[in-house]
Amino acid sequence: MPTETPPPQRTALRQRLAELRGPRVAPRPLDARALAALAANPGCRRRALLDGAGVDKTALARALGSPAPFGQSQFAHQRGHVFEARVTADGGEQLVALLRERLSDPGPPPPRDGVDAPELVADGPAGRTERTRLALARATAAGRWAVLRHPMVSVAVAGSPAYLEPDALVVHPDGSWTVVEIKSFPVLDGSADPTKVGAAARQAAVYVLALRELAEAVAADGGPARGVPAARDDAPAGADAGLSGPVDGTVGAAGLVRQRALLVCPKDFSNLPTAELIDVRKQLSVTSRQLARLTRIEEIAAELPGDATFDLRLADDGKTPTRPAAELTATVDAVPAAYVPDCLASCELAFHCRQAARAAGAVEVLGRGVRGELGGLTTVEAVLGAALGERTASDEAEPSSVPADPDQPADPDQEADPAVRALRRAAALRAQALAEAGMDPGPAGRATESGEVAWR
Amino acid sequence: MALMTTLARMEAMRSGRALPTATVRHRHLADRPLALVPLTTAGEAGAPLGALVGTDRDAPRLLVVPQPRDRDLRFAFLAALAEEMLPHFAAGADEVEWEERKETDPETGKRVTVQVELCADAPQLLVPSGPGIDFVRLLGRSMRFRRAAEHEPEDLAGAREGPLPASGPGAAEPGGGPREADVPRAAPARVPLLGRWLTHYGERARVPGSSLLLALTDLLGQHWATGQSRLEDQHLGALLAWIDPPAGLAGPEAALRAETARDDRGQLLCPPAGPATDPAFDNRLLAPAMARYDAARTRGVPADVAAAEREVRELVASQLRPTWEALWRGVDLLRALPPGSRVADRWKRDRWSYTGHRDRVRAGEPPQPKWDDAVTAARKLAARETAQAQLDAQEALDDPLVMAARRLSGEAFAGEVTEVVMAYSQAKVPRPRPLVTVRTDDRPLLDEGVKVYRALPDGRTQRAEFVTYEAYETGEAGGAHGSDPAAGGDVAPLVVLRLTGGMGRGKEPEPGSVPEEGDRVCWTLFEHAPRGGPELPDPEQTPWTHGGPPLRAEPGAPLAEPAAPLAGAGTTLAGAGATASGDATASADTPGAILAARPAAVAADTARDADAGATALVGAPGAPPFDPAYQPDPVTDEDFL
Repeated sequence: MPTETPPPQRTALRQRLAELRGPRVAPRPLDARALAALAANPGCRRRALLDGAGVDKTALARALGSPAPFGQSQFAHQRGHVFEARVTADGGEQLVALLRERLSDPGPPPPRDGVDAPELVADGPAGRTERTRLALARATAAGRWAVLRHPMVSVAVAGSPAYLEPDALVVHPDGSWTVVEIKSFPVLDGSADPTKVGAAARQAAVYVLALRELAEAVAADGGPARGVPAARDDAPAGADAGLSGPVDGTVGAAGLVRQRALLVCPKDFSNLPTAELIDVRKQLSVTSRQLARLTRIEEIAAELPGDATFDLRLADDGKTPTRPAAELTATVDAVPAAYVPDCLASCELAFHCRQAARAAGAVEVLGRGVRGELGGLTTVEAVLGAALGERTASDEAEPSSVPADPDQPADPDQEADPAVRALRRAAALRAQALAEAGMDPGPAGRATESGEVAWR
Repeated sequence: MALMTTLARMEAMRSGRALPTATVRHRHLADRPLALVPLTTAGEAGAPLGALVGTDRDAPRLLVVPQPRDRDLRFAFLAALAEEMLPHFAAGADEVEWEERKETDPETGKRVTVQVELCADAPQLLVPSGPGIDFVRLLGRSMRFRRAAEHEPEDLAGAREGPLPASGPGAAEPGGGPREADVPRAAPARVPLLGRWLTHYGERARVPGSSLLLALTDLLGQHWATGQSRLEDQHLGALLAWIDPPAGLAGPEAALRAETARDDRGQLLCPPAGPATDPAFDNRLLAPAMARYDAARTRGVPADVAAAEREVRELVASQLRPTWEALWRGVDLLRALPPGSRVADRWKRDRWSYTGHRDRVRAGEPPQPKWDDAVTAARKLAARETAQAQLDAQEALDDPLVMAARRLSGEAFAGEVTEVVMAYSQAKVPRPRPLVTVRTDDRPLLDEGVKVYRALPDGRTQRAEFVTYEAYETGEAGGAHGSDPAAGGDVAPLVVLRLTGGMGRGKEPEPGSVPEEGDRVCWTLFEHAPRGGPELPDPEQTPWTHGGPPLRAEPGAPLAEPAAPLAGAGTTLAGAGATASGDATASADTPGAILAARPAAVAADTARDADAGATALVGAPGAPPFDPAYQPDPVTDEDFL
């Protein structure tokens, strides 16, 4: 628990989130992966609230009867750990060497034992964040290479703090910082799986974002933070250069944090590390915009009834939920979600949300891009109704004489809609082509022997 | 997603079953394809866990690596895989037909017609899903640079079938004891050879419309629209559930069952189609079984090792078998569709590609390089662009349903001929230029002088140009919708076209070559056999961006000549360059046309360019004397955990 008194509003929100999470339930920390996923679908209020409240979505999904489809294989886990341990085993000298290889102006190599590796152990995330802040301030002022392993930084997400843990952070002698992301997918012949690199870049961008706030705080303190009084007078010259001067051509206004992150991966089929600087400016602007857009958690929480909670009321074994599933489902469904198929790869609740979206007939279940060509039609029934010229339940007043004929528009208002017109044409052309090929447009797989094209 | 597909998907959602998006099969399906269902170890690159492989759906061969972190077991797996797959790749090599093609005679410089071999059939490789194709490439990359042993090591031969004797080289305890890892392991010659075949097939799979290596999810997803998104279609089990649901179940329920249903041990009833495994399988079943296997090997009791290995084999097989079945079920579904009439034409290009690679292997050329040089890359890209354009045209011509989508987007139109007026050109020898009026409900994007094409019954293409919209007939509900028919409304425009070709050489059109009143015709705005862009400049004109002109001239070094033993860098480069250029040509429109025109020396020169690119990419300090693009990976102690 924080020692200083937060503003009353803050306390109220925190209390509300704790209620939502359930008493006796520890909040689940937000990691960069979750943040990147959250930023990928900023319109999803359900995810924003659940993540903001620190609800264990895996357990929640299981209790809802739609368990998350993913987990991590222990083989991948082990491999990742072994690789990371190997890369950082020497206190960071290898990381600095990898980084210097990639810099256009690496400067003189560090002398033996010229890489500092400050200890960052502390109690709790808040303590570790403070410890990281102090260590960073000191290292920035020191004018030496330093590698911080598993530092902890915090970033405000939709009004509540999230604690993040980058794999490592390198402090350059000029006082600038480089985020290091260590991944266990291979770089094969100089190239790696673009989706994995993209995910790593998005994660790194979240770290850069968090570090920027820290950098500003450190800068505001005039270099080193409280607790290192000696450095306050001596250091600013070096630190200021790092703050404002362009470093490596890609430093933004924040100054201290470089916008190119170092991605360290195994080379080819070996366990030897290779590294590449990846430009995260684009991910940075996307992520920061989407995080800013995240609907504020207070507003979402305010729309829920006062007694709403996602508490599973776990039994004494800590695993079995005793809360009735129907009650839980009702609470979850009270928070609107924005399901798209991409959620399946990143959100624990995806199967639950998909079920609801399918039941509601939302067109997004077919993909995010589908909406674009359908104009104002948002449900599958509406689209099919428009396409096949069917009557929908809402306009029963004027029964059409030839309901299935697309050339006989039932509703002149609908007919003026270009999306509806295109749909009708599509339906007519499709039916015509199928009839021509002698295919039953119904159940699939009943191909006819004739593959002739009737048109000449 | 095209609107027509979106609509089909929504209809599928309503009907609970997948609907056809094609009326014919657009890819070649061999009578005896080789199916490969691979599994890999999570988190490791190139550490296969097992595979089912074979041409007989009732008798696949099961290959399992009981401990994927043990390199010797991995190598034994690859050797066994090569033993199983290579005969298939070699099967089509000897049965050839003769084809004529033009080549430049190296001595006279004249274009002469030569007889060349074309393999009568090419072996086909099927994998369950898109990641399977990537895995084939990865396997190829990991195998083709392996050093070949002069003799096949005994232990490898022994390790294939039965369990490894505990005293074998694979018995080294993880982390302890001296390993022989610094000694580069030699592999049986068939391992690098299979690597080259897999690399070739993996590269060929990037050419649009090719059928040498196909993934079932891609094939099924092309021919059917399910009621789920394209992303979810990547799951072979769910895809099949929509297309051909088991009795008593609707598509969505069956798909959900395929995606999520688990047995009492928490295992998926329909395991992922690979190569990735389900984490729950890894953690709950596989990891403990592997630990037991490791323990048995440490104890060194052969019977225990055999039992533990059998257990791992059973587990891996349990994950592979459902996918194997699903793959063949998909093949059955696709076989029920008649092939499109232009599929054989595209398959012939695959046969050229296969023949070209066969020739390069026979000529003793080195394996494909790690990086394409700039000229090869440019050629490959151009070939793929051409192939894509041809594929788009051919699929539309083969399939009214695909054509319907093109008509919807204004790239084609169909209708009834309402009037034919004979007319002639103004030339000294007047040519027939009949004016044909077509009434269509389509909304083609026509403008004056736009060329249109139609397929004649004999397979030739007739050209015409758009003249004008003559008059409009208004539909019942339409009325005054403005004068632009393209703007929509219920206006059925009359399109006047002037035929400009496809009528023979005479003054009068050949009978049947001009449509008659009442005929139904379909015109496209795209060419039916689009050509690629301009050819690349002569080797002497190669711009510096692509490696520049050749330094040494070895004009007309014949490609089929067996390369000398790879003693010096020069030879290696020349041979490899030739490989590269041949590779690109094989996939090009006219196979072999550029093949001989390109001296190996140029390719050699451009191969050096790849070296420069490689250095730039990887930043290897201090360029090695050899081109790293052709160097095997150093085998080091770091190679495994």
